[in-house]
Amino acid sequence: MARPVNEINAGSMADIAFLLLIFFLVTTTMDIDTGITRKLPPPPPEDMEDIKVKERNIFKVLVSKSDRLLFNGQPGHISFLKDQAKAFLGNPNMSDPNSPEDMPEKRMVEIPLFGGEVWVTKGIISLKNDRGTSYDMYIQVQNELASAIRELRDELSINKFGMKFSKLTDDAKIKSIQRAIPMAISEAEPEDIGGH
Amino acid sequence: MAKFRKKGGKKTPGISTASLPDIIFMLLFFFMVTTTMRESTLLVQVKPPSATEVQKLEKKSLVSFIYIGPPLSKKLGTDSRIQLNDGFADIKDIREFIQLERESRDEADRKLLTTSLKVDKKTRMGIVTDVKQELREVGAFKINYSTAKKAIASK
Repeated sequence: MARPVNEINAGSMADIAFLLLIFFLVTTTMDIDTGITRKLPPPPPEDMEDIKVKERNIFKVLVSKSDRLLFNGQPGHISFLKDQAKAFLGNPNMSDPNSPEDMPEKRMVEIPLFGGEVWVTKGIISLKNDRGTSYDMYIQVQNELASAIRELRDELSINKFGMKFSKLTDDAKIKSIQRAIPMAISEAEPEDIGGH
Repeated sequence: MAKFRKKGGKKTPGISTASLPDIIFMLLFFFMVTTTMRESTLLVQVKPPSATEVQKLEKKSLVSFIYIGPPLSKKLGTDSRIQLNDGFADIKDIREFIQLERESRDEADRKLLTTSLKVDKKTRMGIVTDVKQELREVGAFKINYSTAKKAIASK
């Protein structure tokens, strides 16, 4: 005479699940963290001497404390920065060691995938900002410079491999493009203008 | 034809709700998997700037956050402050913060640690530069300027 076991009423299961669901709905944050990734240079050694770089190899970008831009000493606007940076770093003819007088010099780099040695520009973009520069402006400048380099890499990549740089999956190809168009952005050592 | 008609007329059968818990559970699991709990409460206001050249931050467990922005509480003024974990901090606290972050990770992962700078867009660069200098001193070279993704303007 076994008593029939009462079944547990599962009708409230949905309510319990709803409760949990609402909890997770409230606590969830769907935002994916995005940002501009940069690598900081190691701190300079005490006895470091200034490295001399020729004037023609540097494109100076200075952001003043009132968020105004100076490109090589000339006042400029953010909307021109990308094109100027592209023109400066661009290297259309990689087999020609000579570049026009006002463009940066080139050096020889061995890139096997491009058929041996190619001439890569020595140009460096030097970015300097004031302590009073707004972070927004700084990011805009970083963004324009990053976008200039990305476009140059895309162009080269389409030319050589037939697809955009970001679509490349082969490590060797990625390395080749990166070597042909280096991430040549240098941030100046901060210095206090006017002292402490 | 009348032969086949039942007596009490037509009644639409009710929709079975037996599978409701299953549907709810499915939603529940979805949110449980995608959720990331905010590990610290923000004391500073951070409205990140937007940019087009953004990358996704991979491996969230290997990221430590530094927040810089004006304090939420108006009593503390409008100057940007640094927040580490759950409290305000000074430039010199960053060293210890990074050390602790390193120690809490596996030996092998320590090199991959990224520091994400969540900075309000109205902040002046002075404080950001100080933080960057400190990070360089400690050897935390991988940084990420947290920015929202801006829709690329059509060209």
